[in-house]
Amino acid sequence: MTRTVVRASGLTKRYGSFTAVDAVDFSLEENRIYGLLGRNGAGKTTVMQMLTGQIFPNGGELEVFGRAPAEHADVLRRICFIAESQRYPDSFNASHVFTAAPWFFESWDAAFAERLVDDFRLPLKRYIKKLSRGQLSAVGVIVGLASRAPLTFFDEPYLGLDAVARQIFYDRLLEDYAEHPRTIVLSTHLIDEVANLLEHLLVIDQGRILLDRDADEVRGSATTVAGGRAAVESFVADRAVIGREGIGGLASVTIDGRLSQADRIQAAELGLELAPVSLQQLIVHMTGTDLRADAIEQEVAA
Amino acid sequence: MDESRPIFLQIAEQVENDIIDGSLPEGSQIPSTNEFAAFLRVNPATALKGVNRLVDDGIVEKRRGIGMFVTLGARARLIERRRAQFATEYIRPLIVEAEKLGIDIDELAGLLRAERINS
Repeated sequence: MTRTVVRASGLTKRYGSFTAVDAVDFSLEENRIYGLLGRNGAGKTTVMQMLTGQIFPNGGELEVFGRAPAEHADVLRRICFIAESQRYPDSFNASHVFTAAPWFFESWDAAFAERLVDDFRLPLKRYIKKLSRGQLSAVGVIVGLASRAPLTFFDEPYLGLDAVARQIFYDRLLEDYAEHPRTIVLSTHLIDEVANLLEHLLVIDQGRILLDRDADEVRGSATTVAGGRAAVESFVADRAVIGREGIGGLASVTIDGRLSQADRIQAAELGLELAPVSLQQLIVHMTGTDLRADAIEQEVAA
Repeated sequence: MDESRPIFLQIAEQVENDIIDGSLPEGSQIPSTNEFAAFLRVNPATALKGVNRLVDDGIVEKRRGIGMFVTLGARARLIERRRAQFATEYIRPLIVEAEKLGIDIDELAGLLRAERINS
């Protein structure tokens, strides 16, 4: 039986006349890895701040581990939130951070943290403010992993981390999650890098949830069809189009919905190229304003 | 991993391929879900879904507390299933492309034979 860790309904946050999060409904189940995806300013961080009791919602219901998170120590104790630009006291070095961490996280694993320090080659005795951007991110990543909090949020955790360090992060996350299952929310722009780690996706745009589906259902659910404009248009005529590009007599149209074997044969017979759409491209289509698409549709209409 | 299809299907297919080519003999143990997840860098739930599919198809069986093992007769059943799909997945696209290039069936058969001798 999976337990629901977070339940939000009609959750809303307004800043003056700006609605950052607009009456969203979603839930997070225990021991799954979620991807919270969306553009800058979409409302991702605001959602996470409400879930972690850092700010109060203006409306709606929110339960984390069965109760409102703000000011409930028994809830907050089980949560770890790694912010994009986590601040630390000026007099701290990394080893101070790791010494203080177990005061807040009861499942803290010091040996695991030590191993991660080696993996990331993090200098322990250097003042936090003297660390490079990537090293600072490594401090956050280590706290997030070694805390083993039942509900862990990583909000763009790896600014400045190089490709090797990001790979270490993904590998350690998977290994440790397999041994110590917990609920993890990963918010990131590097969608293709993390796509395979995620079990469930929440895509948010302009304060609303655009997509709330299992990653496996989303994978391969969109296809780009390219070829001669007439052939492409006839192939996509009865399908849900989510993106359109073209030049001269050539068109490339992205459609939603899985293709059957018969569809593929038909496309091959029409001389069309079918290309899978990566999760990242799909989200670009869903959350981007496709200016060129409007232009083409006007052109087609004319 | 191929972007166009669910990963769990690809994991199941990979194991099936290993069974068909004999690298995973019947009765042998397949890697654990966590081993698949770590090796392929995918979510363990996805790997579990792939393995469960093989269990549902009777290709592998769970021995409690030990792990997953290839069932007896799995290889023959997989080959039978793959043969049934062979025409639509391989022959049909081949004919479509051949027709595009003006290669008739006799010429295509000749090409197949020639290719076989070369390899």
